[in-house]
Amino acid sequence: MAGKDSVLARKRMAIPFLAWAFIFIVVPIALVVYYSLCIEVDGVMVFSLANYARAFEPIYLKVLWRSVRLALASTAACIIVGYPVAYIMASKEYAQKNLLLFLFLVPMWMNFLLRTYSWLTILENNGLINTFLAFIGLPKMSLLYNSQAVILGMVYNFLPFMILPIHTSLSKMDKSLIEAAEDLGADSRQVFLRLVLPLSMPGVISGITMVFLPAVTTFIISDLLGGAQFMLIGNLIEQQFLKVSNWNFGAAVSVILMILIIASVGIFSIVDKDSDEGALF
Amino acid sequence: MSLANALKKAGRFLLAGLPTTAKKTYLALILIFMYAPIIILIVFSFNASKSRANWGGFTLSWYVELAKDPTILKALYNTLTIAALSSAIAVVIGTTAAVGIDAMRGFMKKAALAITNIPVINPDIVTGVSLMVLFIYVLKFIPGLKLGYFTLLLSHVAFNTSYVILSVMPRLRRMDPNLYEAALDLGASPAQGFLKVILPEIAPGVFTGAMLAFTMSLDDFVVSFFTTGSGVSNLSILIYSMARRGVNPKINALSAIMFMAVLILLYLVNLSDSSKAKKAREMGIRNS
Repeated sequence: MAGKDSVLARKRMAIPFLAWAFIFIVVPIALVVYYSLCIEVDGVMVFSLANYARAFEPIYLKVLWRSVRLALASTAACIIVGYPVAYIMASKEYAQKNLLLFLFLVPMWMNFLLRTYSWLTILENNGLINTFLAFIGLPKMSLLYNSQAVILGMVYNFLPFMILPIHTSLSKMDKSLIEAAEDLGADSRQVFLRLVLPLSMPGVISGITMVFLPAVTTFIISDLLGGAQFMLIGNLIEQQFLKVSNWNFGAAVSVILMILIIASVGIFSIVDKDSDEGALF
Repeated sequence: MSLANALKKAGRFLLAGLPTTAKKTYLALILIFMYAPIIILIVFSFNASKSRANWGGFTLSWYVELAKDPTILKALYNTLTIAALSSAIAVVIGTTAAVGIDAMRGFMKKAALAITNIPVINPDIVTGVSLMVLFIYVLKFIPGLKLGYFTLLLSHVAFNTSYVILSVMPRLRRMDPNLYEAALDLGASPAQGFLKVILPEIAPGVFTGAMLAFTMSLDDFVVSFFTTGSGVSNLSILIYSMARRGVNPKINALSAIMFMAVLILLYLVNLSDSSKAKKAREMGIRNS
């Protein structure tokens, strides 16, 4: 009996959190869903799907598509740039390996807005690059306020999130597998493509999640480096809630973004499971 | 053969024939990409000219202006106190919650964990607007209360608590459940059992959770942006509003200070870690 009582006593310890979570996690999301399903007519909330219909108008579909496209482009760029970094770090016995890893970690601790702001000072019209171009007699270039600048900002901010999980999965790899493959006659190309790469896939997948999700929802990078006219889904939500005060439409876009995120987390976790199985055989 | 050697062999095709210097150059280039913007930021915080186009000589005047700016000092105060308070509250709610959830089974456990995961998976911007909607909705009925410091604090606890729970749960899973049972059978009250048996076992997880909550709060912009009221800023919000008006050398000075603070903090944490490891090694030698 004592056992049952003690379990009950322990379960009760979660009550404050559950009450808290209900008020500050469940209710706010329920409110957003409620607002998204209503329109205001003469100051009264009326049920309507008009907000969702509006979100699928071409102009807003374009915003959604641009967000996904830019996030995918930066994720791809992070893999291309980051995989070799993780690979070299894991393969080479540098005298100060921990220091090297530490160096890649430090920028992550820098305030996110400052990291983005730093590119503003480099790319702006009177910035470092244009000053240099003028100095060597070349015409100034408009580097800021376009999608390339936004992608650059995303890659700069999220690259460590790609390097670290890949590095972790490469470092954890069982070395005897590689020796076995070599003993069985695999050349180094086969060892990489059929052993190292598949075994590092969990790291790549979690890297993709950690880069794609913040990239697709950002509104700071696009706001600072893309300019006020540059609209991603995050900017659209911010605009609807804070600038034009259309909570209903903003809520509908938020719900769509939530569904997009849950769907991608779901897809990534399925792919992850597959790669785990595939990696073993 | 070490893992590194094996991997080196395996990777020969990828960087076939490439000398070590090529690999080193690549790492160096990426590190330059990571650090150049930060270094440029810091260098220009000492520039007497407000323009980036020319170097107007060395000055510390931006730092002086920064130290005299009451809005920046207030924002710094808000950032630090909210990080400290919200992580302290999150540690209490989160640790007890983790113990409770760990004792649950079946549907209850799944539901509780799902709710815990919501603030982690949900985009910050959705967390931000949903809390804003809640606060504005509720504050309508409470005259005199406005969006501001208090709502900022509540929001930070709202997303911090999940990180504490997720840090403590793995520790609890590894713990022998019989220890707690034994303590109760020997006459300990549930509170004593928690404080004297469970808490010491999960302390490292609680510490990690506290650190995580503190840094998440320090670094947060999006949720704060939506849940604060006019006149109450943290550093992130202040930097955002300054940066939107263009490049400002005061932000450069601020970034230089924050970067140095981060470096010193990381160095101290590292130092205490390695001294702990050293102590552990010495203990091991003595014991054997």
